[in-house]
Amino acid sequence: MKNFLFTTVAATTLLSISAVAAAEKVTITIESWRTDDLSIWRDQLIPEFNKIHPDIEVKFNPTAPTEYNAALNAKLDSGTAGDMITCRPFDNALAQYDAGHLASLNGLDGLENFGPVAKSAWTTDDGNDIFCVPMASVIHGFIYNKDAFAEVGVSVPETRAEFFAVLDKIKADGNYIPLAMGTNDQWEAATMGYYNIAPNYHKGEEGRLAIIAGTAKLTDAEWTAPFAELAKWKDYLGDGFEAQTYPDSQNLFTLGRAAIYPAGSWEIAGFDANADFAMGAFRPPVANKGDECYISDHTDIALGMNANTANPVETKIFLSWVGSAEFAAIYANASPGFFSLSDHNVKLDNALASDFVSWRAECNSTIRASAQILTRGTPNLDTEIWGASVAAIKGLSTPAELGAKLQKGLDNWYTPAN
Amino acid sequence: MHLDKKFSHIGRSIFIHTFLICFTILALFPMVIVIINSFKTRKGIFREPLSFPTAETFSIKGYETVITGGDFQLYFTNSFIVTSVSLFFILLFGAMASYALSEYRFKGNLFMGLFLAFGIMIPIRLGTVAILKLMVATGLVNTLTALILVYIAQGLPLCIFILTEFMKTVSDDLKNAGRIDGLSEYRILFTLVIPLIRPAMATVAVFSMIPIWNDLWFPLILASGEEVKTITLGAQNFIGQYLTNWNAVLAALSLAILPVVILYLIFSRQLIRGITSGAVK
Amino acid sequence: MTPKIKTIRWHIPLLLLPAVIIYSAIMIFPLLATLNLSFFNVEEGKQVFVGIANYIVLFGNEIYSEKFWNALGNNAYFFMIHMLVQNPLGIILAAMLSSKKLRFTAFYRTAIFIPAILSFVIVGFVWKLILSPLWGIAPDLLDMIGLKSLFLPWLGKEAYALTTISLISVWQYIGIPMMLIYAALLSIPEEVVEAAECDGITGSSLFWKIKLPLILPSIGIISILTFVGNFNAFDLIYATQGALGGPGFTTDILGTLLYRTFFGFQLQLGDLYAGSTLATVMFFIILAGVCGYLFGVQNRLRRYQF
Repeated sequence: MKNFLFTTVAATTLLSISAVAAAEKVTITIESWRTDDLSIWRDQLIPEFNKIHPDIEVKFNPTAPTEYNAALNAKLDSGTAGDMITCRPFDNALAQYDAGHLASLNGLDGLENFGPVAKSAWTTDDGNDIFCVPMASVIHGFIYNKDAFAEVGVSVPETRAEFFAVLDKIKADGNYIPLAMGTNDQWEAATMGYYNIAPNYHKGEEGRLAIIAGTAKLTDAEWTAPFAELAKWKDYLGDGFEAQTYPDSQNLFTLGRAAIYPAGSWEIAGFDANADFAMGAFRPPVANKGDECYISDHTDIALGMNANTANPVETKIFLSWVGSAEFAAIYANASPGFFSLSDHNVKLDNALASDFVSWRAECNSTIRASAQILTRGTPNLDTEIWGASVAAIKGLSTPAELGAKLQKGLDNWYTPAN
Repeated sequence: MHLDKKFSHIGRSIFIHTFLICFTILALFPMVIVIINSFKTRKGIFREPLSFPTAETFSIKGYETVITGGDFQLYFTNSFIVTSVSLFFILLFGAMASYALSEYRFKGNLFMGLFLAFGIMIPIRLGTVAILKLMVATGLVNTLTALILVYIAQGLPLCIFILTEFMKTVSDDLKNAGRIDGLSEYRILFTLVIPLIRPAMATVAVFSMIPIWNDLWFPLILASGEEVKTITLGAQNFIGQYLTNWNAVLAALSLAILPVVILYLIFSRQLIRGITSGAVK
Repeated sequence: MTPKIKTIRWHIPLLLLPAVIIYSAIMIFPLLATLNLSFFNVEEGKQVFVGIANYIVLFGNEIYSEKFWNALGNNAYFFMIHMLVQNPLGIILAAMLSSKKLRFTAFYRTAIFIPAILSFVIVGFVWKLILSPLWGIAPDLLDMIGLKSLFLPWLGKEAYALTTISLISVWQYIGIPMMLIYAALLSIPEEVVEAAECDGITGSSLFWKIKLPLILPSIGIISILTFVGNFNAFDLIYATQGALGGPGFTTDILGTLLYRTFFGFQLQLGDLYAGSTLATVMFFIILAGVCGYLFGVQNRLRRYQF
């Protein structure tokens, strides 16, 4: 009896203590477009964080990617956005910083773990202020169906000539659609097509910076040639590629009906889950064997702090943790294909992801050519390249016409600094 | 001669039925496709999209994903609350205003009528930024109340426009008899006029219900939190999240289709009566 | 009729008050705020009055004006398809439904109206699937009747996408004109029809000569509702073709253009001021259409009424 009383009292006391603790718990919210990552945050990242900081409750609140910008900006304008904002790279996040929506993170613990390239996407033009903690980059390349390659008897191409020879063979074989890509969603053609293959033409950073400096024009051969290559892809795409959407392409490949998928590394997790055949990856082919190679290793995603957050202390604690080695390891392995931007040495378990990341050692990395500065005005170069890539594939315009149109759009608002 | 006429009559009705049946199939076919395929395996969906699920292709995996992935029961409740409360106030305030406009001559009547009908033409979405600021200032963001207020404002113009027309048809003798009996103007409205135009109210209810139930925009901007999510937003998020998981997408679509179709079937008799009886003046 | 009392009739404002307050606060005021914003812009981080400068950019700068005229043209085409297909078909369906002694009318009416109650999320997604060249429902169906060679990826072809989208929209909304015309047909007094039949007017000439003129006002109302609805349209195209109105902006209408301008799109940032300007222009387009209808067409139609 006594014992029972004691337990009851103890239990009630404990309960009330935990109730008090619960009342003091601070909840911070993350705004994100990564709806796919909901389970990673909920089941892996946040519990891991709570092992160290049980008093801070973190909520991951994603919005569909297509609505993220519109919805977020409306929420920021009205002061209802969450404590943390997932940052798109360069101009988009910069505009949010300039508008006073993102707080400066100068001096935040954890930022010392990132190199200048990683930070550049979320730093002001003068380099003085950083406003997001870099999370990951994505790498472009091609994912292929190993079984299909074996069946048709082709091996991984290294040069463009080999690439088209492989496509021809697959097409002649007739069992597989050579390339799984559609033009319906537009960004797919630009991102998987143009941004994927262009770095080898414009020599990565060199060409990208030349456009910003005004020493090169989009009408130059190294910028229009990728359109000419895209135009040749048309014959290898599936029937009705004009109405093929991005999920269609994904399904086409993972159901084993297509041999090659022009890819971004973010596909890896989904493909691993859905495809029941062996997959490999190869990087964008170069002109001649042994040429210097360039890959798009795009700084894609980061996390910043809402300048108007009611919980700046807790938010900073969390952001510091995002810069830690634990976060990098969990995130990179939970979402293979999102490669950590930190200097921590992350070991990747996924074979396909390791393939992609190994190119960093062999090739020169660059980011998507339009990402920095060139998307600040109207029309922005990124969206223009979407339309141009589609037009190139469909054969609606010649590469020269497309180059001229892009340059004209850029000239409408952009004057190089000197 | 007589027989001829009869045959042409039968021929005509066969023609009419064929035409209408074709149209009915066309109208229902897409939904049937979605529902059938939501009960199939991924391979079954792709290989045989037009066939019914067989023992081999039958799967409710999609529904399992949906039920574990989102709280559809809660979303449905939210949608139901928002829609029914909005409808109630649209009809109440709409009927009151329509009565004032149709029954009395006063200075500014025409202006007020035009002012209130103005909203039919303009999508309320154009005012999103100011609406959001207003909701923030009043602390209503992420509540169902915010949605309800927006939908009332959005629904009132068409409601008043239609009800005013109908109320003009209610006989004056009846109302005057009520006045002689000493009924107040409010009692005349609620006990004499409204029962007579009930079918018109049903029409307004259905026409107002559809855009409210299906709205994606305001839930996204004003109430995107998990506790206040509506079913349309829930389904949209779900599609975005499981774009390549067609089992789940089709299951989510089926779950979003069914409630509104059932609601419609319940109200449809009222709707038909409402639309048609407006005519039987 | 009107009580002839000189005192203030408090019940009038009281009856109007709730509707007017909610409507003004949540619809009119925000809209005015939007119109007002179109005369402002940001200069050096501050909001300043710029007069009609935003309008000059919209119409004067080729980059903006090209997109605007393209969207307006597409919108007009979208509207035209509705007028040519949706409304005539709606009238035909209604005429059939109202024929005497027809059975199962309630079933037909209910079924044909169902698409109108579905959300754009569902309609857009379903039709995208059906017309998908990969999933193959449309090609398979065409194959059944031996017309597979006619299949094209319509939604992805510049030449067909807008027509296809318009027809999907017609499919969704055909129930509305059908219902309204049906109601109008039922409202035609029996005596009128009987008198015509006595004069030997029957069958289709009864419809053309007697009934059609009588339902012209309803057709007028439907036309104006279609006009307003079409020039406000956004969701269906957004759900099927995305905010860019692809392929190559061939399905870009005012609604999608406004969405992109207002709220931004991907890396393109939203521009509150350009968006407000466009919204104001749209507002006046709709207003002009409605006024033109009210003063022109409706007045002439009045003469047919009795």
